[in-house]
Amino acid sequence: MTEPRNAGKLLQEKFSYLKEFDLATPFPGFFLPGDNLVEVARYLKEELSFDLLADLSCIDASELERTPRFEVLYNFYSLKERDRLFLKVGVDEAEKKCRVPSLCPLYATANWYEREVWDMFGVRFDGHPYLKRILMYEGFEGHPLRKDYDICHRQPLIPGAD
Amino acid sequence: MGVKSGPGSDPILTTMLDTALGWARKFSLFPLPYGTACCGIEYMAVVGSRYDVSRFGAEVVRFSPRQSDLLIVAGTISQKMAPVLKRIYDQMLEPKWVISMGVCASSGGFYDNYATLQGIDRIIPVDIYIPGCPPRPEAVLDALIMLMEKIEKGEDLAQRPSRVAQGQLPVIDGEAPSEEATRPRSHVKQH
Repeated sequence: MTEPRNAGKLLQEKFSYLKEFDLATPFPGFFLPGDNLVEVARYLKEELSFDLLADLSCIDASELERTPRFEVLYNFYSLKERDRLFLKVGVDEAEKKCRVPSLCPLYATANWYEREVWDMFGVRFDGHPYLKRILMYEGFEGHPLRKDYDICHRQPLIPGAD
Repeated sequence: MGVKSGPGSDPILTTMLDTALGWARKFSLFPLPYGTACCGIEYMAVVGSRYDVSRFGAEVVRFSPRQSDLLIVAGTISQKMAPVLKRIYDQMLEPKWVISMGVCASSGGFYDNYATLQGIDRIIPVDIYIPGCPPRPEAVLDALIMLMEKIEKGEDLAQRPSRVAQGQLPVIDGEAPSEEATRPRSHVKQH
């Protein structure tokens, strides 16, 4: 039996700008600038056989006293190697900078995940084919999972309902 | 009701039309289960053979609002779902009744957040509230019996002429009524 590969090490040798962070899991995780996301993801998919984007989520770190405010977390899984790897992209709070390149051209699953992150956190994904709210309704204002969204704020569809 | 009999004639059963109608209606409810969460599963147990809602004549479940007269809202109603529920209610024909099954439908339950309607009585009138998360089938049957008592009294029918006079009932060629939610709630604490 061959030794299991170390995908994190392979990735770090290829892209020197990756900064490892501790995920409190056995799997490697790397912090990287948003501009480099697509090339790293392409390498993961095409060379390291990470064929599944298992999850894509976001963290509003404003109460964790971290900068930048948002962190988009990518969860890649390799069905062949049974291996998992995380990437994290920091996203600035300012509206013009609050954007990340979309992974839709590489992973079909990214489509709905990115719509959800846009809906809940207001992070835009450049190059997404249909960046529209997925859970909340048309006309909903704001992004409810942002820490500054008032927990008691209601936007009923029927006037006076709440 | 009473029995009258004179000398040399057959006995006559006397009653009021409303009482007779209420008596007939309470044994032939056609529920529309509006199940959006786990209460919907619990309602299936009520319809099933162990609890057997057919003992009370309310087992013919209809999935069309036009063929039913009892709306059972069983589950969480989100803000996005609220207009759908309102439209379903508006499409039901009079006389109609609403049972709010479980805490989510009654008050939002523990979903006190941006997405959840804090009780269906914000948009439609409710006749009976059932507490529980989810309620036991016995509680649902209890609510049904309470509703049957209410129907037998015919309280809602007595309200009809005044509602027409107030312009609260739908106009034939107009839009669905928006003031429908003003129906009196006799079993409910007023907000």
